[in-house]
Amino acid sequence: VAAMNAAKSKWSTTQEPTAYEDVISYNNFYEFGTGKGDPAQHAHALTTDPWSVEIGGLVNNPGNYALEDILKDMTLEERIYRFRCVEAWAMVVPWVGFQLSDLIAKADPQGNAKYVAFETLMRPEEMHGQKNGSFPWPYVEGLRMDEAMHPLTLMATGLYDEPLPNQNGAPLRLVVPWKYGFKSIKSIVKITLTETEPPATWNLINAREYGFYSNVNPNVSHPRWSQASHRVIGSGLFASKEPTEMFNGYGDAVAGLYDGMDLSKNF
Amino acid sequence: MSFSQTANSAARKVPAWPLYPILLLPGLWLFWSVLQSPGPNPVETLEHGLGEYALKLLVLGLLVTPLRDLVGVNLIKYRRAIGLMAFFYVCAHLLVYLVLDNQFWWDALVKDITKRPYIIVGVLAFVILIPLAITSNNRAIRKLGPKRWRLIHYGAYLAVILGAAHFVMLKRTWQTEPLVYLAIALVLVAYRVPKLIR
Repeated sequence: VAAMNAAKSKWSTTQEPTAYEDVISYNNFYEFGTGKGDPAQHAHALTTDPWSVEIGGLVNNPGNYALEDILKDMTLEERIYRFRCVEAWAMVVPWVGFQLSDLIAKADPQGNAKYVAFETLMRPEEMHGQKNGSFPWPYVEGLRMDEAMHPLTLMATGLYDEPLPNQNGAPLRLVVPWKYGFKSIKSIVKITLTETEPPATWNLINAREYGFYSNVNPNVSHPRWSQASHRVIGSGLFASKEPTEMFNGYGDAVAGLYDGMDLSKNF
Repeated sequence: MSFSQTANSAARKVPAWPLYPILLLPGLWLFWSVLQSPGPNPVETLEHGLGEYALKLLVLGLLVTPLRDLVGVNLIKYRRAIGLMAFFYVCAHLLVYLVLDNQFWWDALVKDITKRPYIIVGVLAFVILIPLAITSNNRAIRKLGPKRWRLIHYGAYLAVILGAAHFVMLKRTWQTEPLVYLAIALVLVAYRVPKLIR
């Protein structure tokens, strides 16, 4: 596979990235099954070319854009980010992508746009997990406008300097490193700017467990997993867990977005 | 000779004790393979694998009676080994949780046991099984008398349902595999209800 030759970024962590093999074989992507190994096994069925993204809502340049036309105008960077799953495991992933803020700027948002809504592809014949009717397909997620415009917020198209494997959300996924992994919606086909808070899939399924914000927060107890610490993927059977940091360690860059908010209520 | 007669005469000849080392093998194999190729999350692999073996053996133990009633195959002499090995896997599962997963982090442990419903249900199943394991010997049957002994061992019905519920609850969505376990557990216990009422 051709290297993407993405430029280095000041936003990258110096931590050692998780092994490529682990990054592409341990995934949550319920469109391909609920087991961690299911996406790697089944995601090859997904056609990612051609791919287009419908950008709409409160923007002055709405349209259905071919992915290659979007990428033409974007600067790809390598961003090595910590990735923290709500299930209390974590990785370090060398993503390749562009800032979501650049895409939103091109769409030219209108003044009353306050949120960004995202939607995953709905194609049950290729994403067999979508045949499970108990899940509210398609997967949707959302960010507040200032979160979406933050320089850390990435639209990833690759990892380890190669195009994204399907199981990691090819060809275009969101990465928001200070939020739990499920906010980082995969295989995006629709981006809509809205005035009101958009729905988010896990929040729809179980609002008590998954809030809209879903910021990594060791102080807000989750009814299912302690969020005080996490297991590092690939660290072996006898490794110690690591303490989880507020905002996954990105507090210096993003804490200001939540000034004056009670994060135990807006979790 | 019918199938059940063949099976029963075979069962008369085959002792129960080899079942202990045989039923230990899948656990040893799992531990060995996780050491050999840990993969992304070996603690999870081991913890979940041991838990599933425990559940499988609990279900197997509850199959002995209906198998005798409905098919005429009597494997009752193997039931103690199945039950005790189920308890062994429950203990191993708990030990992995405590040592490798929780890492003796008492503060988090207390929160888990008091706040997380699926953990509470799992611990409850373990606690219920303790007196069953302790009394799984001939001496205890003699001392307690068959009536009281049987009463204690009705706990297996509750434990298998709680064990399956623990599996269902730890998943983020309703998933087929744990629900199948729960359905089997409920059917096996429901099968006993008419007898218990009588």
